[in-house]
Amino acid sequence: MTTEASAPRRLTFGAYLVCLQGVIWREGLRFLHQRERFVSALVRPLVWLFIFAAGFRQTLGFSIIPPYDTYILYEVYITPGLMAMIQLFNGMQSSLSMVYDREMGNMRVLLLSPFPRAFLLFGKLIAGTLVSVLQVYAYLAIAWFWDIQPPPFGYLTVLPALLLVGLMLGALGMLLSSLVKQLENFSGIMNFVIFPMFFASSALYPLWRVQEGSPALYYVCQANPFTHAVELIRFALYGQINWVALAVTGACAFVFMAGAILAYDPSRGLMALRGAPGAGN
Amino acid sequence: MSETPPALEISGVSHFYGARQALDDVSFSVASGAFCVLLGLNGAGKSTLFSLITRLFALRQGAIKVLGRDLSQDPGAALSALGVVFQSRTLDLELSVAQNFYYHAALHGIGRKEAARRTADLLAAVNLADRAKDKVRALSGGQMRRVEIVRALLHRPRLLVLDEPTVGLDIGARADILKLARGLVAREGVSVLWATHLTDEIDPGDDVVVLHKGRLRAQGKAAELREKTGAADMRAAFVALIGADEAGGAW
Repeated sequence: MTTEASAPRRLTFGAYLVCLQGVIWREGLRFLHQRERFVSALVRPLVWLFIFAAGFRQTLGFSIIPPYDTYILYEVYITPGLMAMIQLFNGMQSSLSMVYDREMGNMRVLLLSPFPRAFLLFGKLIAGTLVSVLQVYAYLAIAWFWDIQPPPFGYLTVLPALLLVGLMLGALGMLLSSLVKQLENFSGIMNFVIFPMFFASSALYPLWRVQEGSPALYYVCQANPFTHAVELIRFALYGQINWVALAVTGACAFVFMAGAILAYDPSRGLMALRGAPGAGN
Repeated sequence: MSETPPALEISGVSHFYGARQALDDVSFSVASGAFCVLLGLNGAGKSTLFSLITRLFALRQGAIKVLGRDLSQDPGAALSALGVVFQSRTLDLELSVAQNFYYHAALHGIGRKEAARRTADLLAAVNLADRAKDKVRALSGGQMRRVEIVRALLHRPRLLVLDEPTVGLDIGARADILKLARGLVAREGVSVLWATHLTDEIDPGDDVVVLHKGRLRAQGKAAELREKTGAADMRAAFVALIGADEAGGAW
């Protein structure tokens, strides 16, 4: 065993890359080891697509709305919403893994790294986002056989949108994870965050329809960052940019990320105020 | 060597949880190359001190230096010289032993090739070379502890801090872990801070720091403390130092 004295290692750009790679690699491994997580991440939107959308197809009629230039099937309409849903669940699940990590002490290992904390948390976010993007493409591949066939270049142009949405939702999950002290409390967050965010958005119905039914709900949907995430994906899937959606998603990603980094900062964050597991004595 | 800073320097550290004070003006240091025992009952403030040393909590009062590097001002440099074994297990059970090591190495900016080389060396040193590809879940409690200790050495820290590392282990495994840590001090010159509430883990030549209810009660060589208190053994010395009533039945 060799533990000869070493000067404090300079954290070079290469070292940063090694660290980032390591964090992504671990997240990937964890994902591979949780096969049921992958399956359920895929089954969930497919159930919506195969059953819910098929049932609703006749109930809802659409006029032509951008970015679509023709009448579309309901399945086509909800696909961007389901893609965002995959990312929403994944974002919440990675934060679930952060709560788990904190309880199991893995979080402590992460925070012992000499790299700046903001960088470490950002690395975790990127890792989670990449996993969610993989899931989305797996969904798109299956949906293709269900006649959900956006233009081929759409598969490419949607990538940046997916990355940004993944970051935003991951950061939101990370922020929430700092508020949850124990794993058991997390199901509440799932109910109070995931469902309201998903249903009060343009994922399942266009907002003009919501407005007809309830103007108040329309404003709630407009204020919901998830609506903008869905619209960003919807437009990007057809090679277009929805600037408002981009601005809102980008701004929310930034705010949530800053919040998460603050929350995990020991001097300012909530962890310091509340104490952390295993440190109560 | 005369200029060598202490491996760990704690000066005037206090910490509160809300209104409750967990540490009250604690100061001590771990000399370079020393095996220092931080002795205290459960609730004495040991884990709080560890949380401060490992930057889980921010230091609000006092200063902590690792090999002369201030933890608050230069956390990166301080953390790169510090190896930590927490009381609770921090290995990822789903990953293999080697994968856990590679992840830890990456967190310290060490590339895969170098990490693989060091992992092989370290595992060989604790006779676990053949378990590298096994999932951590498959190891025994004692093996996991050994793995955690050598993993903490992966980035070659000069100071190793261990928070009750023998908790929950049987007598044989406890002895192994203790021997491993003492061997590091003797052979590699690594400084060790060993937190425990078990007096039988102390050798007469060890530096001992006694913490009780967040306050430093005594520090010095184990043999000196025993002499000073006129106690027959270390356990009796500890009881004398923290007061018999306080120690009654708690350990």
